[in-house]
Amino acid sequence: MIAALVAERCTNCAACVAACPTQVFEPGPTAPVLARVDACQTCYLCELACREDALWVNPDDADASHPPLDVLLASGQLGQVRRDHGWDEPFDAGQLDDYRLLGPLLNEGAEIAARRYAEQG
Amino acid sequence: MIASVIVRSDVLIIGGGMAAAWAAIAAAETGARVIVVDKGAMGTSGVTATGGPGHWWVPEDPGLRREAVEKQAAKAQGLGDPEWMARIIDLTWRHLPTIAAYYPFGSDGRGGRYVQGVRGPEYMRALRRFAEARGVTILDHHPATELIADGEGRIVGARGIVLATEDAWEIRSGATVLATGGVAFRSGLIGSHTNTGDGLLMAVEAGALLSGMEFSISYSLSPAWASTRTLPYYAARFFDTDGCEIDVPPPKAGHAHQQALGAAMDRGPVLADLSDAPPALHGLLRRIQPLTVAAFERRGIDLWRQRFPVRLFGEGTIRGTGGIRIVDADCRTEVRGLFAAGDTASREPVAGAVSGGGAVNAAWALSSGRIAGVAAAREAQATRSGAYAPASGLGRAGLRPRRAARTLDVPEIVAAAGHEVHDYRKAFWRRADQLRNSLEVLDTHWHTLADHGRAEGRALVELRAAVAMTASARWCLAAALDRRETRGIHVRADVSRSDPAFARRLLVGGFDQVQTQADGPLAEVAA
Repeated sequence: MIAALVAERCTNCAACVAACPTQVFEPGPTAPVLARVDACQTCYLCELACREDALWVNPDDADASHPPLDVLLASGQLGQVRRDHGWDEPFDAGQLDDYRLLGPLLNEGAEIAARRYAEQG
Repeated sequence: MIASVIVRSDVLIIGGGMAAAWAAIAAAETGARVIVVDKGAMGTSGVTATGGPGHWWVPEDPGLRREAVEKQAAKAQGLGDPEWMARIIDLTWRHLPTIAAYYPFGSDGRGGRYVQGVRGPEYMRALRRFAEARGVTILDHHPATELIADGEGRIVGARGIVLATEDAWEIRSGATVLATGGVAFRSGLIGSHTNTGDGLLMAVEAGALLSGMEFSISYSLSPAWASTRTLPYYAARFFDTDGCEIDVPPPKAGHAHQQALGAAMDRGPVLADLSDAPPALHGLLRRIQPLTVAAFERRGIDLWRQRFPVRLFGEGTIRGTGGIRIVDADCRTEVRGLFAAGDTASREPVAGAVSGGGAVNAAWALSSGRIAGVAAAREAQATRSGAYAPASGLGRAGLRPRRAARTLDVPEIVAAAGHEVHDYRKAFWRRADQLRNSLEVLDTHWHTLADHGRAEGRALVELRAAVAMTASARWCLAAALDRRETRGIHVRADVSRSDPAFARRLLVGGFDQVQTQADGPLAEVAA
C-alpha cells in the first residue's frame, strides 16, 4: 500500500492525485493527503507519476507502514521504479530494448518446469 | 436525481483501459465528438496499465494467417468464430504500430522495432496521449452509475458521479460503448481494484444478455503479500513449510497446475523456489518488469535464492472469456444504441471455451474497441437530433430500492461474492451441489441489495460495485451449474467429460431470477 509521502520533496504538483486510479490521494494545502489508503491496490503507478521521487509504496498490499524517513531516503528506493522504467527518458533511450525477451524467457521457464516434471516421472 | 452537469456528445465511452482508449481514438478519427468517462483514470486504470500485453501478431501472409486461425479455432473447442479471429489479427497488425508517436518501441534485436508486446504503463500512457491528440474529452474519476434510455428503450447516455465533488453528472450521447473491463471480484489481482463488473450490470439492466460466464476459472500466481506479473515464476518448484516438495504439474498443464497449487494452499502455506529459473532472468527482470522486482527488493528478499510464500489471485472474467453478448460484426449488444468492447464483451468469438491468454485478449481489446468506436460514431451521426428527448435511468439495485433503505455491510457482501467465485475448493472442483449452495448464499445478498440498497455520492459508486459483483458472481455460477460438462477452462469435478450437446454458447441474464439459455447453433466452425 501507499505508505509514505515525503513532504520535503513534494512540490504539490498533484500528479499523484490525477494518476491514482482508486483516488487514494486528495488535494491538500501544501501536499496531497493520503485520504483513502484502503483503496490502494499496490500498483506503484503513483510512483511513476511523481517526478520528485517523493512517494513510497510498501510492497505488502495490506501494510501501510514505512521505514523511518532517514532509512527510506538512504535506501535508494525512492524513485527506483521510475528510473528502472526510464519513464521520463526520451523515446530513443532504449528503455524497452530488452522487452522482446519477455515471451522467450517466460516460455523457457515453462519448458524447464515441464522437463523437470517429465524427468521426475 | 437531478444531475448538476449535463453535457452532450456523439459517442460516450464508459471505461478507461485499452479497449476504451482504442474505441475513443477510432471514434474520434471519424470526426465524432467523443467523451470518455472512467471510474479511475485513463492511463492507470485497469489491468493493462499494470500489465504488459503481447498482442496476437501474425504477419500479412495468407498462409500464416490461415494457420493461426485454424490453430486458435481448434483451441476454442467449438465455440469460436474463425471470421472474428482473422479480423482481429488484421486490425491489430494494422493499428498497433500507429501509437509510435506516443510509445517508445524497443529494439527487435535485428535492427527493427519490437511492436507486438508492450509494457503496460507506457502503453496506457501512449493511448491516453493518442486519444487526447485526436480530440477526445477524457473525464477521469467520473464513474458511471447507470445508463439512461428514451421511451423506446434506446440508450441515450449515462449518469454518474464526479468523485472530486460528489456531484451527479449526466451525459447525452448518440451511441454508448461499454468498456469497463472484466470483473475480478476484488481478489487483489494487480490492477483490478476498479474491475467490478459495472458494465455487465448496466448492460443487463438495459436488457442485454451475457455469454460465456462459466469460463471464469483462472488464477495468477504471486507472492502472498501482493499480486505481481508472473514472468519469474514459470520454472518454480513448490514446498510446504516442512521443506517437503509439493507435486505440482507444470504451468503448461493449465487447470491441473492451478488445481494442485490450490489444494496445497488449502492445506497450508506454499513456498516457491525460483532456483531453476532461466539464469538470464536474474539480470533482465528489472529491465522488463521493474515493478515485480520492487515487490521483493523492498522486503529484502532475494527472489532467486530465498523461498517465499505464494498464493493464487483470482482473475474472474478477466482472463476468462465471459461478458456481454455481441450480436453483430459492429460489436452491438441486444440493446439499441449500446455497444461493448474489450473484456466487458464476451470473447468467445476469438477464445471460445479457453482463456484468450494475454495475446488473443489484447488483440480483441484493441480490435473490438476500434470496431465499436467506429460503429458507434456512425450510429450517432445517423441518429443525431436537436432536442433532448425525455429519458429515464435504468439502474435498479443500489439506486431505487424496492423497500425501506437500510445501511448495508457492503464489504461483507463484496467478500461473499469473491469467496463463492474464487475459493480454491469451490472453483477447482466445481460440482452441482456446491454451485447451488453458492447461488443460495448470493441470492440472499442479492435480495438484500435490491430491496434495501441506497447511497449517494462516493458511497453509491461502491454500493453499485457491490451490486455488480454480486450479480456477476451469480451469472458466473448459474452458467457453471447449467453447463453440465467439462469444456475448456470450465472444469466440473462431477461431469469430467465434454458433451457434444453442449457445443454451444450459453447465455445468461436476469436479476431476481437468473436464467440461462443455449445460444443458437454457431455457423460452421473450422475443425
